[in-house]
Amino acid sequence: MTDAIRIKAPLTDDDVLKLKIGDSVLITGKIYTARDAAHKRLFELAQKGEKLPIELKGNVIYYAGPAPTKPGYIIGPAGPTTSGRCDPYTPTLLAHGLKGMIGKGVRSKEVRDAMQKYKAVYFTATGGAAALISKNIKAVKIVAYEDLGPEAIRELEVDNFPVIVANDAFGGDLYQEGIKKYKR
Amino acid sequence: MREVSSQVIVDTVARLCMEANYYLGDDVIKAFEQGLQKEESPTGKDILNQLLKNAQIAKNENIPICQDCGFAVVFLDLGTDACVKGNIIEAVNEGVRKGYTEGYLRKSIVSDPIRGKNTGDNTPAIIHTTFIPGDKIKITVAPKGGGSENMSEVRMGKPADGIEGVKTFVIDRVLRSSANPCPPIVVGVGIGGTFEYVAFLAKKALLRNVGERHPDPFYADVEKELLQSINNLGIGPMGLGGRITALDVFIETHPRHIASFPVAVNINCHVARHKSAVI
Ligand code: SF4
Repeated sequence: MTDAIRIKAPLTDDDVLKLKIGDSVLITGKIYTARDAAHKRLFELAQKGEKLPIELKGNVIYYAGPAPTKPGYIIGPAGPTTSGRCDPYTPTLLAHGLKGMIGKGVRSKEVRDAMQKYKAVYFTATGGAAALISKNIKAVKIVAYEDLGPEAIRELEVDNFPVIVANDAFGGDLYQEGIKKYKR
Repeated sequence: MREVSSQVIVDTVARLCMEANYYLGDDVIKAFEQGLQKEESPTGKDILNQLLKNAQIAKNENIPICQDCGFAVVFLDLGTDACVKGNIIEAVNEGVRKGYTEGYLRKSIVSDPIRGKNTGDNTPAIIHTTFIPGDKIKITVAPKGGGSENMSEVRMGKPADGIEGVKTFVIDRVLRSSANPCPPIVVGVGIGGTFEYVAFLAKKALLRNVGERHPDPFYADVEKELLQSINNLGIGPMGLGGRITALDVFIETHPRHIASFPVAVNINCHVARHKSAVI
């Protein structure tokens, strides 16, 4: 493993501003799962100026819908899902204080611009490494939208959850840089 | 005529759904190991190592490799001298229901594409039936994840496009997919047939084992060349830059109409799952 930076969630602006694309990061603390269905609901509430079921300030959202939990386990395999599906809703959540996102795949220009404006960071976790990733989840609690099943909002307590900074608060984009570096 | 009870179909499909989701093929594991030797990006290497560890955990603990346990795509090769007692389609769906429920696999199917709710048991399956000589039934279950499926495409080209047109389309499709299909990917390519059949060919291509070449040396060479070109794109594991973007490229072909030139690209992620059984 390349040397990893350890951070605690929720995040402060200082935490975010320390991170640059390509950094390996281990996150410990509380994060929240939400996929596009939950995003749509959060977005609609935020637009109406209503209270959200979770606090966004400083928090990290993980785009994930876990597999069912086998008896004796805390959670089923829970890898990242494609972040792009949440892009239409993300700038609004960032404006409400969201500081970090974990998912897989590229983000839209609107999201990247909003990340710079509101100082936020986008991490990628390894898509498909769901069995491995679930080992870093220590506790799970459904906190909203239970009716959405795997898409409900869950509060996860994570311990050294392994991610890589894909987009930082300075406009850096590892997807573009990476491909430039290794293209032949 | 050999009789096969529908319960055997149910149990076999259920078992294959679980095995495909828990046990990644040795061909894919080997491809990760070989990729690790060739990968130049340190992040890429970290990711390949994670994928190896992940596959090991899933196998040891009988848990899914990926939380997206896929659409249950089932290939039925029915021997014309075999006869299933009861409704075979119902039996396949019952098998999917059983496998996904008892196996703690994620259910990802909504009943109607616009107004639907989750069906709760991952049915219905997508079933492709072919008739083969003999009295055996071969069942293949290939659960297909959404992330990679979404990066697939059919193109009705012109006959003048030829093989160069196919190569350009495939490479462009992979480039536009970038990180979304969870690279390293496996690329299935269909050429020929009709609009709907070419997509089937691309899907069927994904059933081959990594490293297995097309029997026709012409297409085998195109597969090798495409793999090289894709790995020169620099997309790398999870799209973060690197050498190993694809593990393999498989082509399947069919005769075409003189006026048409259908090409399909079906992208699979590194969780290139498929398990078969012969009854
Ligand atoms: S594309 Fe494949 S590896 Fe990635 S999340 Fe979907 S099923 Fe899992």
